[in-house]
Amino acid sequence: MSFTLMIVGMALATVACKASLFLLGSRVVFPPLLKQALEFVPVTVLTAIVVPLAIAPEGALDLSWRNPQLVATLAAIGIAAAARQPLHTIVGGLGVFFVWRFAVLG
Amino acid sequence: MTLPETDSPHCAAALEGARDTIPMIVGALPFALIFGTLAAQGPLAAWHGQAMSALVFAGSAQFIALGLVASHTGLLVIWLTTFVVNLRHMLYGANLLPAVAALPLRWRLALGFLLTDETFAVVAARRQLAPADRQIHWYFLGSGLALYVSWNTVTLVGLLFGSAFPQLQSLGLEFAIVATFVAIVVPQLNRAPHLAAAIAAGTLAYLWQGMPYKLGLLASVAVGVAVGLALNRLRNREAA
Repeated sequence: MSFTLMIVGMALATVACKASLFLLGSRVVFPPLLKQALEFVPVTVLTAIVVPLAIAPEGALDLSWRNPQLVATLAAIGIAAAARQPLHTIVGGLGVFFVWRFAVLG
Repeated sequence: MTLPETDSPHCAAALEGARDTIPMIVGALPFALIFGTLAAQGPLAAWHGQAMSALVFAGSAQFIALGLVASHTGLLVIWLTTFVVNLRHMLYGANLLPAVAALPLRWRLALGFLLTDETFAVVAARRQLAPADRQIHWYFLGSGLALYVSWNTVTLVGLLFGSAFPQLQSLGLEFAIVATFVAIVVPQLNRAPHLAAAIAAGTLAYLWQGMPYKLGLLASVAVGVAVGLALNRLRNREAA
């Protein structure tokens, strides 16, 4: 198989997903219901990416205190709810993750 | 973090976009390194691995393609799989369209090419905080370019020296992405429909994670959005 051809095709398939709506620009007009639906995209997509990484980092459900991803995600949620300052959440969440992983679990 | 001083509002916005993407870069670094390491093991030539990061620039699709090549899958299936795996970007494009619709074509093409999960998260959060930001496209460009340059640099490091850093890959730096997404999402959950939509999408994403081609992610987002819309409607009816 020609890998060059494969990569060019992959690049086109990817940019078709990423850029097609941007390329149509102001010619696309979304009906009000769709606009409302799109408002829910950030919270739903980002949560859908995070939850499996937090509760099943190795693939199987792990709701124990021995799961550093889960402990640190809960800590990050707590910090975010209290402080609302993104950088605090990121640094605090990462801090809890590494402390839990390397100091608590060893 | 203090950014370098600049007189240009364009530069300032681009630098802010790049700065806000730093945690994402830290989180994506292990993936780029692993991708480079795997690509160097063949059957692709090393420059094919680099070309994939430079031209495709979509992590999950790049990993899946390596797997499909290893299992001798045909070209058409690889292309279709790439398309399906990247479908979620259409949702991102639709969500961000109002921010770019009035830009010249070359801008819209460049920003579309640079769109990723990470840059979408950062730009969507910015629009939430500052809906009237007139420099949002520069912010978007700064975020996208920062991620693009680091993704490609670290791919190259992986291709050349990947086998030298086995520890870095198991350190858990990917958690930076989780922490950043939490930082972006939690402040937006202050309304019941958004909270319910997120809970539905998160639960289903776990239950459906076995579905191929990230279809579980798309399906869980679809249900989450439907839950949000239904609650919106219910609330409006109560208000009326």
